[in-house]
Amino acid sequence: MFGTAVVLDDLDLTVAEHEVVALIGASGSGKSTLMRCLNLLTEIDDGTIHLDGEEITDPRVNPDRVRQRIGMVFQSFNLFPHMTVLDNITLAPTRVHRRPVAEARAQAAEWLGRVGLADKADTYPDRLSGGQQQRVAIVRALVNNPRLLLLDEVTSALDPELVGEVLTMIRGLKTDGMTMVLATHEMGFARDVADQVVFLDGGRVLESGPPARVLRSPVEPRTRQFLSRIIEAGRL
Amino acid sequence: MTAGLHRPSDIQRERITYRRRQTVRSVLVAAFSTAVVGVLLYVAVTGAPGWDRVRTSFFNPGIARESFPAVLEGLWLNVRMLVVCAALALALGLFIAVLRTLRGPVFFPVRALATGYTYVFRGIPLIIVIYLFAFGIPGLRLRGTPGVLVLGGAALVVTYGAYLAEVFRAGIESVHPSQLAAARSLGLTYRQTMRHVVLPQAVRRVAPPLLNDTVALQKDVGLVSLAGPIDAVRAAQIATAENFNYTPYVVAAVLFVLLALPLIAVTDAVTLRAARRQSAGI
Repeated sequence: MFGTAVVLDDLDLTVAEHEVVALIGASGSGKSTLMRCLNLLTEIDDGTIHLDGEEITDPRVNPDRVRQRIGMVFQSFNLFPHMTVLDNITLAPTRVHRRPVAEARAQAAEWLGRVGLADKADTYPDRLSGGQQQRVAIVRALVNNPRLLLLDEVTSALDPELVGEVLTMIRGLKTDGMTMVLATHEMGFARDVADQVVFLDGGRVLESGPPARVLRSPVEPRTRQFLSRIIEAGRL
Repeated sequence: MTAGLHRPSDIQRERITYRRRQTVRSVLVAAFSTAVVGVLLYVAVTGAPGWDRVRTSFFNPGIARESFPAVLEGLWLNVRMLVVCAALALALGLFIAVLRTLRGPVFFPVRALATGYTYVFRGIPLIIVIYLFAFGIPGLRLRGTPGVLVLGGAALVVTYGAYLAEVFRAGIESVHPSQLAAARSLGLTYRQTMRHVVLPQAVRRVAPPLLNDTVALQKDVGLVSLAGPIDAVRAAQIATAENFNYTPYVVAAVLFVLLALPLIAVTDAVTLRAARRQSAGI
């Protein structure tokens, strides 16, 4: 709840390891809030969240330590502008996970090579395109070996021609077996990549299931209405 | 597109000549009006009935030369005080600003004290703080009370610290919350977030007003003379009393301005660069 507005209500969601869950829904349906609750950025008012069998919403649990096991990537990339790409990526491994600097840099360089950004290691974020910045942001989250990766509308702020490179990277992560929850408007991508599609409406799970069913033959009228608008907009 | 120099068309060449003519005209008008104002000012000042007295009392070259070494030596004290007090005031201001941003009910007393400090010391005139510190604290007769120089410096640090704290706090709060979200999502603690993400950005953003306040501090270091130490102002005061002439004050003023020039130049350069970077981002 924010003030008197109920943002998430009576929500029940289970994500298995290696599963990819796509959250879809209109703006204000609670997708971003749900993701921020999952990594404890936003405090929940009621209910529980469990990660790997541990209740992370227990007040005795240190939220910083929980966040070390969850990675999050944002719509507006949120790279640290005063640091180079390499420093952005190695900040958490060296400061939070206390790994040796040389090892962290080597791993960062390897990841950058894998996504085709090896020559950008010493550049500052403002010199990169949106797609490049977002891929760096994803690498920044990945180098900490998270148990769960949260992707909050990571392509919504990108030019259409840059969306593809980010989606390709996420497809690669799925192949590697990363457990992911992604909020997205890219229905085609959700259909290809997700194991489970969850439609949020007014803070509740209105419908959920395999993408073939939810996206092609939804049960609820609200879902049908939402999807027809998406199809009209050419997104599916 | 042909490589090499762009050869302007006739239209463009007409525009260039027109603008050049306009510029020449503006410069001539500006020069003329400046000359007129200058002449009027000169006539007004030197024509004033008291001008001769003022000239001999404030602009006496002989006394200026005589008092120069003493005033310059006093200025050296001002310079040393500036460096030490600026560093301490910046450190104190940053510390107080961070204290004020601590969240959570457990930190309420700390926040309240920090807030109270900034309110009180932005309110009291610096001159009173100097008197209270330099003459009040020794009155307590505590063991190990430092000399008036240190007390005067402490007054400056404590007063400027309050202003700088507010500047730093504005900088910290101007860092976008999405930066904090990203940092916390990586598992960084609040302290680590402050140290590696927020403060580096905050300090860069408020460099112009920080430098500006340092220039102000550089002037106010002269007030420490009220507490007794022989700085440039006090040296000028002594020379003035010896000669029954105010020229040493003018000498001190000129030296202070010369001292300030490099710092002012740096401040303006940093401010300009920051402004340009802001508008370039849009």
